[in-house]
Amino acid sequence: MNNPVIRISIWVYLAIFFAYLLGPLVIMSITAFNSPSFPRATPWECLTFEWFSALFRDERILNGIKNSILVGIGTIILSVSMGLAGALMLTQIWPKLRATYYTVIIAPILIPGVVLGISTLVFWDRINRMLGLGADSVLSNGLFLTIIGQSTFIASYCMLVLVARLQRYDLALTEAALDLGATHAQAFRKILLPFMRPAIASAAVLAFLASFENYNTTTFTFGEYPTLTIELAQKVRYGITPAISALAFMIVVLTVFAALFNEANIKRKEVLAKARRDGATVGEVSGGVKLPGFFTGNAAAVALVVFAIATIAVVGTATVYNPKQCIANVQEQKRLETERRIQELREQRKRDAEAKAAKDAAEGATTTAPRPSNDSGFGGVFAPGTLQGDDETAPPEDQEPSDNSGFGGVFDPTNIGGGD
Amino acid sequence: MSAGVGVDLENLWIRFGDFVAVRDANVHIKGGDFFSFLGPSGCGKTTILRAVSGFLEPSEGNVLIGGNNMKGIGPNKRPTALIFQNLALFPLMKVWENITFSMEIKGASAKERRKRADELLDMIALPGQGDKLPSELSGGQRQRVAIARALCAEPHVLLLDEPLSALDLKLRQHMRTELREIQQRVGITFIYITHDQGEALTMSDDIAVMRAGVIDQIGDGKTIYNDPATAFAASFVGENNVFRGKVLEVNGNEALIRTNRSGDLRSRISTANIGKMKVGDDAMMFIRPEALDLAPTGTKGENFVTAQVTHEEFEGNSFNIFMEGDGGKEIKVAIPNVGQSFDDHTGQAMTLEYEVDNAVVVPAGELAAE
Ligand SMILES: Nc1ncnc2c1ncn2[C@@H]1O[C@H](COP(=O)(O)OP(=O)(O)OP(=O)(O)O)[C@@H](O)[C@H]1O
Ligand SMILES: [Mg+2]
Repeated sequence: MNNPVIRISIWVYLAIFFAYLLGPLVIMSITAFNSPSFPRATPWECLTFEWFSALFRDERILNGIKNSILVGIGTIILSVSMGLAGALMLTQIWPKLRATYYTVIIAPILIPGVVLGISTLVFWDRINRMLGLGADSVLSNGLFLTIIGQSTFIASYCMLVLVARLQRYDLALTEAALDLGATHAQAFRKILLPFMRPAIASAAVLAFLASFENYNTTTFTFGEYPTLTIELAQKVRYGITPAISALAFMIVVLTVFAALFNEANIKRKEVLAKARRDGATVGEVSGGVKLPGFFTGNAAAVALVVFAIATIAVVGTATVYNPKQCIANVQEQKRLETERRIQELREQRKRDAEAKAAKDAAEGATTTAPRPSNDSGFGGVFAPGTLQGDDETAPPEDQEPSDNSGFGGVFDPTNIGGGD
Repeated sequence: MSAGVGVDLENLWIRFGDFVAVRDANVHIKGGDFFSFLGPSGCGKTTILRAVSGFLEPSEGNVLIGGNNMKGIGPNKRPTALIFQNLALFPLMKVWENITFSMEIKGASAKERRKRADELLDMIALPGQGDKLPSELSGGQRQRVAIARALCAEPHVLLLDEPLSALDLKLRQHMRTELREIQQRVGITFIYITHDQGEALTMSDDIAVMRAGVIDQIGDGKTIYNDPATAFAASFVGENNVFRGKVLEVNGNEALIRTNRSGDLRSRISTANIGKMKVGDDAMMFIRPEALDLAPTGTKGENFVTAQVTHEEFEGNSFNIFMEGDGGKEIKVAIPNVGQSFDDHTGQAMTLEYEVDNAVVVPAGELAAE
């Protein structure tokens, strides 16, 4: 470890690793605040919060979020209870059968989501028909099918989480409760459930996240209730806007916030537990005066506060900041640029025509415009955007994009997708 | 407090598959008694307690509590409370919530529960500790909380499964007296399980000695100690020197034993075996270390033993001499230390003397593991 070469390579490796992990998120978050209507981080045009309002005006996205939350809640309830039942069963079943049972109950995780989706659809359709119900029955309802379909494998995840905690449960506790007069239901509710609560919370979060991001299974079952992932997938087919970046940014922020909050909370509990052990009362530790003390050594709490302040600052700016002027300037600049280029092109054509007339040769077909002098900071870069055809001031299609900007070309391939 | 009720085990058998954990146990426990089951690890003590508290259905036979057959009655309906071997305090509940769990089940208000918890905390000498978590208590304190929790349910029978085994010696001795005091104060029946004969002897009214699922002997401490019914009971309860041999003659409640190494020795026949021991039977004779005394070297007779000294040790309250004994086991002699001086006898042959009444003979049988 003392070898500087090794140390430096470790740091380089870490840098690359985190760039690889977080780079896309950072770039995408930046695009949510940039004004061009195709998500891009560079060149920076204008700071805008327009994409957030666009997002909240998009009925389909909002509806997708709503459906995703409904499905998520349903999946949490179903998966966690099935997972808990499965976990309890695993501890009760004869030891000989345990391995087999475990395999069976874990199998859905290994089965491709697509297969689960199709089978859910086919299976419940069968049942629906056997019961003689119509196409509008509960059993063919998209919400019902999606929850059932997702739960088939999410319940297995939940079970794994719950089993881990259950293995540390001392069955004597249940027996003690029974011995003291509790019924089985009371022992379950008052002893086992509270013990399982942290694991149930983890399982619920896991179930929600798995449900929220699921596409493979849902794509077969959603019916009238497209979830957010489904909506996004459908949108992407027709091209994406920074509104989706805005949504992604919000999800990232919420996740980071939740993670930091959780971390800070755990740290806080540790501090409290330590204080209790040291004989201090709870009030002394969490009381207002001593609060700064709680921050020392709790990096997560500090990060959380910084993060919260940053969020408030951003939202505050957003409410007062008006990017209209900036956007107008950029557009004006673009217009001028375009005009100038059209002018150049015309001259070029004229010169070409003259040359053609003079030489009358086949090699005169060269249409390449002379590279525009890179006099404007934006010059070359806007050109690719014009290919999208989303700009009213777009020049004729035959204009050659100038590739003199380091970034201009980078976006080209994506530009083919076009805007909306 | 509720008065104690009697507990009876009638021809109780408990099997796990082919394995017999309890074999034909017949025990009568009087109401208000402190009754102990004493036996080595794995002999079926916990199994018996679980049958009494209702966690196990007997394979055969009956458990009667207060004269009522408990067949088909679940643990939550029996007038018993069990203190588990590992205590099983509820880790997420505070001490006072633990103690009054049985009241919470019945729907008592938090205020009533608090009040009762405070009374019980006073009784177990832990006043003001109700708001701690069990993990914040010491082993002995946890112990007492478990007792309070069980007593709060107002059982007629309290079952204790080796509750002191996790404590260090000092605390264990202190808790012995405390438990006995609590039992006398509340007056309910205590059924106590232990593999520590000291615990059983000091606390119990009656003791059942168990070996591998079988109850060898039931009696009060003095009977068990002085008048063991089996070789196992004689060797398990307290230290004992064994002399193997055959019965040479029987005269009423005395017998002459031809021992393998130490010649012919006379002994009292244990009460349970009077009339059952015949001439020629394999027998085992037991003499406690403290019942042996030094005698003039070479003295012969039916109550003198001569053997080679292998080593000696000084134990504080006694001076112990170890001599070559039967079947690889040493003969231990404990001479009370009352100020006299001791010579080193290692390697010499010495003669020991005992009162015939202090030796006891039982049919040959399995000995307790050292
Ligand atoms: N559920 C069970 N299934 C099979 N065998 C069991 C079961 N419970 C106990 N046994 C067996 O019954 C015998 C007696 O067990 P028990 O727990 O009663 O011993 P114990 O006397 O309480 O021992 P210890 O002093 O170590 O607690 C043991 O040999 C044990 O292996
Ligand atoms: Mg036991």
